[in-house]
Amino acid sequence: MSLPSAAAVPGERIGRRGSRAVGRRERPPAGSSPTAGYFFVALYVALLALLGIAPVGYAIYLALANSHGFGSSFADAFNDYRFVPAFEHVLEFMGLWLVSQTILVVGLTLMLHNLAPRVGAAFRFLFYIPGALAGAASVIVWLFMLDPTASPFAFVLHWLGYAQFDNAVAPGNLPAIFAIMAFWTGAGGWIVVMYGALNNIPHELIESAQIDGANAFKTALFIKLPLIRKWVVYMLVLSFAGGTQLFVEPTVLGSAALGVGISKYWSPNQLAWFVASQYDEVNEAAAISVVLLVLGLAIAALLVWRGRLFEAE
Amino acid sequence: MAIPRRYALRLVGLALLLLFAAFFFVPMVWLFLAPTKTDGQLLTGSPFAFGSFGTLAHTFHRVVTYSGDSLLIWLKNSAIYSFGGTALAIAAAIPAGYGLALTHFIGRKMLLSITLVVMIMPATALVLPLFLEINKLGLYGTIWSLILPFGFFPFGVYLTYIYFSSTIPKDLLAAARIDGAGEWGVFRHIALPLARPIVSLVGFFAFVASWNNFFLPFVMTYDNSQYPLQIGLQQLIGSTASFNPTNFTAGTSIVVLHRPDLAMAVVVAIAPVLIVFLFSQRALVSGMLAGATKE
Repeated sequence: MSLPSAAAVPGERIGRRGSRAVGRRERPPAGSSPTAGYFFVALYVALLALLGIAPVGYAIYLALANSHGFGSSFADAFNDYRFVPAFEHVLEFMGLWLVSQTILVVGLTLMLHNLAPRVGAAFRFLFYIPGALAGAASVIVWLFMLDPTASPFAFVLHWLGYAQFDNAVAPGNLPAIFAIMAFWTGAGGWIVVMYGALNNIPHELIESAQIDGANAFKTALFIKLPLIRKWVVYMLVLSFAGGTQLFVEPTVLGSAALGVGISKYWSPNQLAWFVASQYDEVNEAAAISVVLLVLGLAIAALLVWRGRLFEAE
Repeated sequence: MAIPRRYALRLVGLALLLLFAAFFFVPMVWLFLAPTKTDGQLLTGSPFAFGSFGTLAHTFHRVVTYSGDSLLIWLKNSAIYSFGGTALAIAAAIPAGYGLALTHFIGRKMLLSITLVVMIMPATALVLPLFLEINKLGLYGTIWSLILPFGFFPFGVYLTYIYFSSTIPKDLLAAARIDGAGEWGVFRHIALPLARPIVSLVGFFAFVASWNNFFLPFVMTYDNSQYPLQIGLQQLIGSTASFNPTNFTAGTSIVVLHRPDLAMAVVVAIAPVLIVFLFSQRALVSGMLAGATKE
């Protein structure tokens, strides 16, 4: 699963500057010919239609058009004995991940913000680097980290009572393991973003709080935290949308046969792929992916139209 | 009493930060040291000991020549898919962002909103629908099944839109038009020369997203000659004795890999992205945050 963190938010920051700049110049573009615009967006619109809109339409069509009757693919999906467990797994993973990520990213950023700028920058760099390892690479790194015979964290694993790799990746541990992997690759990007947001807070505000007798802890809690609240909400919502799509982690972990406890349909996306590739049940697969699409679309639309984070003018 | 307590709090904070720095960085250090050691050294020695350059060369050779130079094939495929996708993403996103920011046409606002929604929606939600569509179109198994989806990059369009609407005054374009420049001329001679920073930014994000993508090539490719590195890595786990001992019972002809070999392959796979991260981190982050910090 690729986390949108590092990628999406920097753009958003530029976005805030940009939209403000746009706000200053609200005159309509002078003199551009009305057809020129179509020419410039043509290639992108073609790609959007072919690879953004058409697949969604086709998936909806496949999910609805079933020889057994209108909507029966959704019934097949919902009644599939693997459907509910897949969503339960992902919910459990997201519960652990979202709570710990929110607390730790906010806490670490606030602590970093109290350090000398250079020291803070060094820490941010260390936190940010694992973001380069998305996909299979980060999962393999964590296969090593979870192997008590070779891991540098072996003492932790032994302390937890895991002497062998298969103890560590027992089915009950999987949601926590995926949460650790997601946190490891994604948290650094969010910390960079939150830190940037904290730098937005006027110095005078923090100084006056300190003059009024607030210590570092109180300043963080009562001044800084409320001012970055919308970033925290933004992180939560994006992570929630991304988390429902979990695929890489359980798939790659499942390739290590010692982790036999993990099924090939642990997450909803895996289940959709499993029924499509193993049983050729394209209609049911389409129905599952439509459920996931609706989730992702609803969250994105909510952010765009209600969140006012992205100002499209 | 107040002062010692304050120091105690600071110390606890610093200790926590160091703990997390270890959590984030120790796996990276371990990963880069592992290929310098033999599997036996990995099990018995200190996790942070350096092995030897001889072992490193040996490991590298074993991984590169594994199963008929598979790693090089995957590397080549990753490069084709990622560079192809990135080139298409730039070719589509730069004019589109310009058009959205600086020209006027019916449906512009609608296009902008759709772009935002698709950009925020997790890209993985589209993978299965894309697979079904690509199959239908008969593109399954071709390089286009990956290059086309990689080239569709709404985030790049949004970045470009923001960049052009905040850096180029519309009056400048209007003046050029009055001087007789055509629409293409205005784009070509005024906007493009100013667009270099945004081209590299879009290129960077598109490249990293394509290079690291796992789910899409997982469903779109079906044999070794097509796999990119991300899928290749997953295949290697199957050949690694410590994770799949049952694959290597008596009489098997499969070449057995060990932990240092797998770590070496991971290092090769992440190297391009890591280099970009390391060398452009400062420029990228400061560029990204410029809007936030210059208040």
